Parts: sequence; C-alpha cells; structure tokens
Amino acid sequence: MANVTLRNVRKTYLGGFEAIKGVNVDVADGQFCVLVGPSGCGKSTLLRMVAGLETVTGGEIDIGGRVVNQIEPADRDIAMVFQNYALYPHMSVFNNMAYGLRNRGMAEAEVKSRVEEAARVLELSAMLERKPRQLSGGQRQRVAMGRAIVRQPKVFLFDEPLSNLDAKLRIAMRVEIRKLQRRLNTTSIYVTHDQLEAMTLADILVVMNGGQVEQVGNPLAIYEKPATTFVASFIGAPPMNLMSTRADEIKSQLGGSAGEAGILGIRPEDFVITDQTPSGGVAMSLTVEAIERVGAETFVYGAREQEDQRVAATPGELPPGEVIVRIPGTDAPAIGQKIRVAAISSKLHLFSGDGRKRIEA
Amino acid sequence: MVEQEGIRRYVAHIILWIGIAIVAFPVYIAIVASTQDNALIANGQMSLLPGGHFFEVYYQTIFVGTSGSTREPVANMMLNSLIMALLIAVGKIAISIISAYAIVYFRFPLRMPIFWLIFITLMLPVEVRIYPTYKIVADLNMLDSYAGLALPLIASATATLLFRQFFMTVPDELLEASRIDGAGPLRFFWDTLLPLSRTNMAALFVILFILGWNQYLWPLLITTRDDMQTIQVGIRKMITTTDALTEWPIVMATAVLAMLPPVFVVVAMQKLFVRGLVETEK
Amino acid sequence: MQKQAIFQSKLLPYLLVAPQLAVVLIFFYWPALQAVVQSFLLQDAFGLSSSFVWFDNYIELFKDPAYFESIIRTFFFSFAIAVSSLSFALLLAVMADKPLRGVMLYRTLLIWPYAVAPPVVGVLWIFMLHPSLGVISRYLRAAGIDWNPLLDGNQAATLIILAAAWKQISYNFLFFLAGLQAIPKSVFEAAAIDGARPMRRFWTVTFPLLSPTIFFLLVVNIVYAFFDTFGIIDTMTRGGPGTSTVTLVYKVYSDGLLGGNLGSSAAQSVILMILVIVLTGIQFRFVERKVTY
Repeated sequence: MANVTLRNVRKTYLGGFEAIKGVNVDVADGQFCVLVGPSGCGKSTLLRMVAGLETVTGGEIDIGGRVVNQIEPADRDIAMVFQNYALYPHMSVFNNMAYGLRNRGMAEAEVKSRVEEAARVLELSAMLERKPRQLSGGQRQRVAMGRAIVRQPKVFLFDEPLSNLDAKLRIAMRVEIRKLQRRLNTTSIYVTHDQLEAMTLADILVVMNGGQVEQVGNPLAIYEKPATTFVASFIGAPPMNLMSTRADEIKSQLGGSAGEAGILGIRPEDFVITDQTPSGGVAMSLTVEAIERVGAETFVYGAREQEDQRVAATPGELPPGEVIVRIPGTDAPAIGQKIRVAAISSKLHLFSGDGRKRIEA
Repeated sequence: MVEQEGIRRYVAHIILWIGIAIVAFPVYIAIVASTQDNALIANGQMSLLPGGHFFEVYYQTIFVGTSGSTREPVANMMLNSLIMALLIAVGKIAISIISAYAIVYFRFPLRMPIFWLIFITLMLPVEVRIYPTYKIVADLNMLDSYAGLALPLIASATATLLFRQFFMTVPDELLEASRIDGAGPLRFFWDTLLPLSRTNMAALFVILFILGWNQYLWPLLITTRDDMQTIQVGIRKMITTTDALTEWPIVMATAVLAMLPPVFVVVAMQKLFVRGLVETEK
Repeated sequence: MQKQAIFQSKLLPYLLVAPQLAVVLIFFYWPALQAVVQSFLLQDAFGLSSSFVWFDNYIELFKDPAYFESIIRTFFFSFAIAVSSLSFALLLAVMADKPLRGVMLYRTLLIWPYAVAPPVVGVLWIFMLHPSLGVISRYLRAAGIDWNPLLDGNQAATLIILAAAWKQISYNFLFFLAGLQAIPKSVFEAAAIDGARPMRRFWTVTFPLLSPTIFFLLVVNIVYAFFDTFGIIDTMTRGGPGTSTVTLVYKVYSDGLLGGNLGSSAAQSVILMILVIVLTGIQFRFVERKVTY
C-alpha cells in the first residue's frame, strides 16, 4: 500500500526531444489513477518511468514516501501489466506467475499457495500447466494480471492492457479489473488512449497532451468542467462542439470581460431542438446534413447558416461550420431540413481564444 | 536499473569494440603486410604499421603476379572469379525462377516428382560428390572452361525453393486480374511476376555472388591451366613453394584483392545481403 | 499448399523446368548415382575391369584407423568451431541488442567477415601465426610457448579451429541478433520488474527463448565445419603435420588426388552424403518445431 507522487517529472531524450515536460500528479493510497491522452502524448513513457524502465531526467518519482528515481524496477515493489502481456512464452502459466516470486527467493510452498490463489480468483486454475501460446487472448490477459497480483506489490501499473482484446471482451475485462482493484485496494496507475475506459475506471483521471498534463481530477468533474479545449474535445464522444465566439457575445451571454474573443463549447447532448432562445443561452440555425441513428439516440450533423460567423476552433474534430446534436430516441429531422437548436446558459463552456484556459461565468 | 544501466552500456560498447578488433585484426595485418618489404617479413621483423611499398606491391600483384615461373597476374584471376561468380548467380536465378514458376502456376503430370527431384539437391553440397562430378565434367570436355566452373554449382534448389515460397504469397487475384486483361502465362510472368520478384532476386544475387566468388574446392579441381585460375585457387598456389620463397606482400595483396568485391557487396548492400542470407537459410 | 489460380498449358511447364532439371540430373543425380554404384565395386589394378563387392569398400574404410580418426577429428573440429564461434557471437549479439548509440555501425563492422573466402581466411591466419614470421607468434614465443603449428599437430588443429570459428562469427552474430530482435522487449522488461538480475534474466529468459536459433545455428555451423573448412585447411596445413588436420572432406580430396582406390573414394563420398542428409533432416524437423513455437 502506498501513494505515488510525481513532482515536476521530466524526460528529455538524447536527441533533445522532450517527451515529458514537467508533470505533477498525486495518487493517494488505494486510488485508481488513469493516464489518458492521444498516442504520442507521453502517457506510456510516464508509466514506464514510474516502473523504472525509462530513466528520469528531471524531477522526482516518489512511491510510498521513497524517491525511486535511482532504484531498479525490481526493487520498486511494483508490478506491471503490458500491452502485449509480455508473458514468458517458454514457461507454463504457473511458472509465469511464480517467476517473480522465485526470483525473490520465496519458499516454494508459499509460491504455490499464492499462485493457486491468484489462479482461483482469475479462473485460471485449470490452465496452470499450459503454455501461453495455448491460451486465448482473454486468458493471456488474465495470466498477465495474475503475474502482477501474486507479487502483492505496492503499486500496479497497467500499460493499455485491454487494447489487444476485441470490443466485447474489453468491456468485460474492464469491469473485472475494477472489481479486482477495489478488492485488493492496491494503488494503480493505468494508461489508455480510450476515453471511455478512462472515464469508467478512474478515481482520478489525468488527461495528457504533448508531454504535459492538461487536467487532473475526478472523471465526472473533468467531463463537466473541462479545463481546456483539448480536454473538452478529447473527453466525451461525440466530442464537444467548439466554435469561436465574438467578444460581445461573451459579454452579453456569459459575462466575460469585454473585448476578449474566445471559444464557445457545447456538448452534443446539451442541445435541444426548439424555436425559442433561452435567456443567457445560445441558439443557432442548422441545415441537417447527415443523420446517425444508433438506437437509443440519434446524432444530427448540421451546417450552420451562412451569416453565422462562428467556425469550429479545432478543425480536426469538426469540419468548419458543422455542429453535432444528440437527440434521444430515433425521431429525427430529415436531411436538408432547416432546424433551430439551443442550449441553456449553464450548459455552455467558454474558453480563452487559445483554448488553454477555461473562463468561468 | 537507472544508474547501473550507464555502466552496463559502457561495458557493452567495450565488448563490441573488442569483437570488432578481433574480427578486423587479421585483415589489418594483411593490409599492413601488403605494403612492406618481403625481406623484412621473411625475417619475422614485420612492422605493425603500414610500410611504403603500397603501389609497387599492388602494381606487381595485379598486373604481373609473383616472381615464380608459372606466375599469373591477379587481374586475370579476378576476371575469372568474376565471370564464375556472375555465371553462378545469374544462371541459378534464371533457371530457378522459371522452374519455380512452372511448379507453382501450372498443374502437369510429374509436377510433384520433379519438385522433389529439385528439392533433394538442397541437401548435398558439391563437395560430397566431387570426383564423380569431376569425371562427368571431364567427359563433357568442360575442364578449364567457365561452363565447367559454374554449372555443377548451379545444380542446387535453394533459389527454386525461395521463389516458390515467394510466389505462393503472391495473391491469386493478380493472376485473375491479368487474365481478365488478356495476358497469357508468359506475359503474366514477364509483366507481373518478374517485377514483383525484383527485391528477392536482388537479395539472392548478392548471396549467390558472394558464394560464387568464394568457391574453392571445385575450381581447384577442374582448372589446370594457369590462365583459368580463380583468385581463391591462385592465392593458394602462391604459398605452395617453400616458405622462404613465398612472396608474402604479394600473397597478402592478393588476399586483400580477393576480399574486396564480396566485402564491398556486403557493406554496400547490407539490407539485401541480410535479407538474402536469412531467406536462403529458411 | 497449392495455388487456386493457375494457367493451363500442356507443353510450357515442361519447357520451364527443363533447364533446371537438366542441370540437376547431369551434375547432381548422375554423379551421386555414380558414387553410390562405385562404392560397391572393386577395380583391378589397371582400372580395366571391376567387380561387385557388396560392402567391402565400406568395411575396409572402417577398418582403416586413419579414416576412423578423421571421422572423430571432423566431429571434434565441428563442435569446437561451433561452440567457440557461437558463444562469442552470442555475447556480441546480446551487447549489440542493447539500445546503444552507433549500433548500426557495430553491426556493419561485425558482419563483413562473412564475405571472406575460406582459403583467404587460411592465408590470413597462417600469416599471423606462422612459426617463423607470424606477428602473433613472436608474442607467443616471448611468453614461453613453443609455438609451431607446422610441426605440432595439436597446435595445427587449434589454429584451424580458431580461423574457422573467426570466419563464422559474423554469420552467427547476424542470426543471433535477428533472434534477439524477434523477442518482444517487454518480455525482458517484465523479467526486470519480476526481479531477475541481468545474469539470471539471460539464463532464464533470453537463452531459452533463443534456443531455436541456437539449435539452428549449431546444425548450420557443424555442416559449415564439415565442408567450408576445406579451404582453410588446404591453405594452412594441407592436412598436416602428418594427418593431424585431415577431415573427412579433406580425405576424400587427398585420396582422390593420389588417384588410388576409386571404390574407397566413392564409399567416402556416400558416407559424407549420409551424414549431411542426417544433419539436414535434423534441421528440417527442428524448423517445423520453430514454426509452432
């Protein structure tokens, strides 16, 4: 049991590339921390630094009150589940799990009881003598988990452990991992690029981008109050609609400081199809371009009217001028139809013009 | 890990440099010796630094040969080696690619027996059937000829298997598409399969060229005329005389010249070389 | 495995296989068959007539202590060459597999000796270790070793093993490096986290995972030592001193040069063929296993 603290952690590679640009995170004992971000954001590098597989070029990593920067991975009392599982292909399931215990000179009787207990929990008891290649993807994943839990380490580290599984199994294993972690109450750090996985697993969510932390906090709090436009568009699917907004609008509608242009964000589910304009809210006319019905809900893709000067702030996420509206059920307008949508003031998100700062009303 | 990793890295660098030194030392000595005076070497007084006879030694080696009575300029030996290596490489690739094409893309009676006939040759190098082969080459009047040097070394299945394996990975749709486009078997081979096989052919060529250039026992047996000697045979003949008479600078210059083409091929075409090596051993 | 999409033609496929078939039949099967037939025949002193003698040639061979010795010697050379070259190459490959700067340069500097022909290897090494003029021999003598491989059979054998192992380093290095790079790095990382120190990591993870490569190289090296050492031996020692460096292939060659007994020479060839077939068979069985690994 231990807390993990990252203090201004940096990683600069030999060529001068700065992969991690000063990260501060505090994971309390027993918490489940998820690092989420697009590929190349540095989340895996950061995890590998905690594991000791990458050197730390700046700052401190503290596990259970001990700075571990210069300590071998073996001596950090951590266990790691790898994306490709990294099972030892030449060893049986039993030996895969026992290897780390034997390396530490544990008595064989104790090794046996620990491995068998882990196998029971993970429903692997019948396969202890098999080799990894004789197992299915989900079973291998569980062996990798087993290898981590038999050690009873201070900290679990997960590096995208579910990304090699098919969609259905991924959801099942996600629930398994969460249950297991609650039961063992072991501090965990989990890396994923899947925002849904991140939202559902995390006690504490760390959103990363370009080697920096964009926002740290409770997942729902982050969803409700994203700190930057990056977080706003990365967390939540489909992404938040972002559009530049004129200074006078901010002033009139949200009470921002005068003369400041900004970015307005509205989540698809916060729009309502209505002819009215709520007081303090935003309304706009759209021409329906595409409809996606997925059963319980329908997504309407609409183009804003010509005279509307606002364009999306992040072109990669939304084509300029396009807005996504989520409506419940399957009752949707027809393609080509003109509709009017509105969102109330408490559902509006306002960011500074560069998208780096959230402006509170 | 973090701290000790640094030390381990230094150890790795040092070990690798020691390895490189061990690998390079004999060749360094050869280069040094090829620039020195023979008398000095014969006395066991050879310096470990290059001497000043580079040009005269190499000139004599390439254009004149040793001072012996049956001397042969090394340039001629290199030409023989080159012709033999090219014949082996090109010949083997040519006959292998068409027979692999027949075996993969046609169904005909005796297809499998023929495949096995070729496949079995994979197992036995020329060394094990050296004298009977010699006799046949002699009966065919091919002693002291380029055909006699190359043909018995072409009789092996490695290249055929390699092309067969590669053809099996070519999608069926390609053949179907070109058939729809009106191409017959020869057209498909020439317009589609050959261009696709380019990298494989190049990799194979690199390996076969090196193997051909380095052949020794077979050329040793079937060349009797000095002007048909390959460089590998020539270099041995240079040290057959009693030690005192061996002209070491020339021997070493010949060794350096014998290494140059294949080593150049390995270094300059490293990617193809590695690929060819790994694939022919599969 | 067969292609589904094929061409139809009666004559063309035969024309296409004809060149290779001709070469293989004339230069492979005919001589091989000749060797087998001759190994059962005994020629008279003038080479005019021959009679069928069953296995007499083989029995004579195995009664000949010189032949028996050369079998033992060949296997001894093969193992000594394979083991020394493999272990050194493995060490280098493990080092070169680390994330070092300049690793590509190291690789290039280590693989080129593959291209050096066996007779050239022989010339290089005999020159370095020549009793009277070798640059290394000076130091050996200074160290009090009575170094003369031209007179001392054991020293001659050592010299040949060294030279042959030297040539084979680059080949083994390349395959070891490829084998190491095929193992996912995360397996080593998992072992590091599992508390295995570098030496233990090597013996419990790297070595077992490399074992298919090691086995493959062992067979290849033995076959190499059977045949390609010929050029090295012929330029360095000519089989001498005495017969202390005569291997099976060298014996086939030198017995043939003397012109003597055709039947015996053929029997030697057949035995060599059988040995190679057995070795290749072992290798093929293993290749199949590698696929399922």
